[in-house]
Order: sequence, then structure tokens, then C-alpha cells
Amino acid sequence: MNQTATLSWEQKDGVIELALHREPCNEIGSATLDDLEKFAIALDDLERDSHTLIIYSRQSAGFCAGADLRELYWRSQELEKGAAQRGVREFLERIHAVMNRIDASPLTTIAAVHGVTFGGGFELALVCDLIIAGKMARFCFPELRLGLVPGFGGIPRLKRDLGNAVVRDLLLTGRSWNATKAQQAGLVSQVVGEGEALRVARATATQLAKFDRRTAAAAKKFIKPIPHEELRREIDLFCDLFTQPAVEAGLKRFVENTTAQPYLP
Amino acid sequence: MENADQTLYQILDLAAAHFKVPRAKLTPDDDFFKTLGIDSLQALDLLTRLENHFHIELPDYELQGVTDFRTLAGRIQSRL
Repeated sequence: MNQTATLSWEQKDGVIELALHREPCNEIGSATLDDLEKFAIALDDLERDSHTLIIYSRQSAGFCAGADLRELYWRSQELEKGAAQRGVREFLERIHAVMNRIDASPLTTIAAVHGVTFGGGFELALVCDLIIAGKMARFCFPELRLGLVPGFGGIPRLKRDLGNAVVRDLLLTGRSWNATKAQQAGLVSQVVGEGEALRVARATATQLAKFDRRTAAAAKKFIKPIPHEELRREIDLFCDLFTQPAVEAGLKRFVENTTAQPYLP
Repeated sequence: MENADQTLYQILDLAAAHFKVPRAKLTPDDDFFKTLGIDSLQALDLLTRLENHFHIELPDYELQGVTDFRTLAGRIQSRL
């Protein structure tokens, strides 16, 4: 078992399990990014003896609530504007490198999700080949209410997998989908009972072990191209929007929000 | 199809059972955030349970500003 501050991973019988365990709900800030980069480096060796990667959360609230907006806000307050913008771009370049690495892995990858799967957490699930969702999972891109768009590759990947109309629905309304709706749309492979997502992901991995690894990897590469050009443009769009005054105001509202409904878009 | 009162009482029953609050303590005009002692993430959990229970889709923005069970029941009833 390899353990970092926000993640842990282990390999057993050809299955790599990556667990997210940062409180409260695996918000992705600089600490998680550092740890994801460590995992991405370790993946080079782990892949040699594996056929499946499962990503799941040990936090009861959900899979991942997205980017750490509090860190983003406070860091942007500490730095002068140009430095803050450069910092955001560097962060995005690094998280995209990790996401692209997992997306392009020759392993078959499974996101076993439950509860909140929002923003960057949704984007992390989208890099995986299969999403297995507990019936209480919810998927959402809430970024527009902050004056932003998803920045971890979510738009190009959701468009690749489901099409532009689905992106428009989720992005432009900011509404969240439950697991049943997500399955009807084709996003979720299987909807399972509460607390069952990881077990079903492991059972799926047992099935995947039956197939020739090189064939599975070649099939995946053929089926699932990485939309590099759109991913690059997404970073540019995010960085452009980040300079707008509405973003600072939106982040400030979120950070200072003490009402009961900040997660309701 | 449930009528409005049936919908309302099913919501109260479900909320009491899930959040372990005595059913007798819940009334239709209660502020459910206060009565159930829940935050926004738990409100999303309640929304998902209600969608699953009634087999409906209820966009969360329809719940913006909704705090009492009766109004919540009205929103759900409009989707049945």
C-alpha cells in the first residue's frame, strides 16, 4: 500500500486501486495534485503487471466535490493578478497532464463513484473508461455560477463520450444528474445499491482479467482518442475567464457562504 | 398517482426515516434544513432519495430557496 496525504493505492492480482481520502470530500487542490502526480509516475511500473485501474473514494460524502475553491480563492488573493493567472495556468497544465495520463492508460479504468461527483470530481470520473455509480451518486458541472467553465478537461471528454447536447444541458443549467439519469444518458455503465460501487467495480475487474491485455489496450486506443486540441483550448478559455471580475466575486461568495445551500447550483 | 397530500406525507416519512428524526416532530411547514439539521450536501442526498422514490427528475435549481416540506412537495407533485 502506497499512502500519501490525500491518496493511497495498492496493486493486487492485476488490479490497481486508487483511493481518494482527503476530507471533507476529496477537493482537488495543490496537495491532491502533488499526490496524483506521484501516482501517475508510479503508474508506469504498476501498469506492467495490471489489467484494471479502479478509482474510488473513502469519503462518505462522495467521490469528489471538485477543485478546492477555497485554496484557489485564497491563493489568488495572496498574489498579484498576473502571478495568480500564471499560477492557475500552471495548475491546469499539471492536472491535465495527470488526467491525460490516466485517460491514455492501456489499462481498463473504472471510476467507482458515490454521492457528490461534482466539477473536477466529475472530470476525474470522465477520464475513466467505465463509471459504476451508487444509486445516490450525483453528477454536476457547477462552474458557471462562479463565472468559469470546467477546467480539468470535462467539456471535451463529456462531448467525446456523450455529445454536445449533454454538455449544454449540464454546463449551461448547472443542474446535477442523479445516477439513473446519468445511466439513461449513457454516462454511467452500471447503477448499483448504496455502498456497492467498489464491490461491483472489483467484480468487473475480475471479468476484465479474462481478456488479452494487448487486445484490450489496442481496442481502447481505437475507441477512445484523447481530444488534445479541445483540451488545450479549454485551458485557454478557463484562463481567459479567470481574469474576469465575476470570478473573484463568485469565489468570494462561495468561500464566505454560510447559508445551507451553497452546493445547490 | 399520488395526490398532493400523499406526496407530502411520503416526503415526511422518508425524511424522518433517513435522517432519524421522530416522524411526529415533522410538520409540513417546517424548515427542513433546521428540523432535520442538514447541510447542503445532505439536502442533495435528500433530493436524490426523493427522485429515486418518486421516479422523477427534479433539477436542483428548482429547490433554490425552498426550505419547507409543503413547497418541496408541490415541486415534486408537478413532476408526477
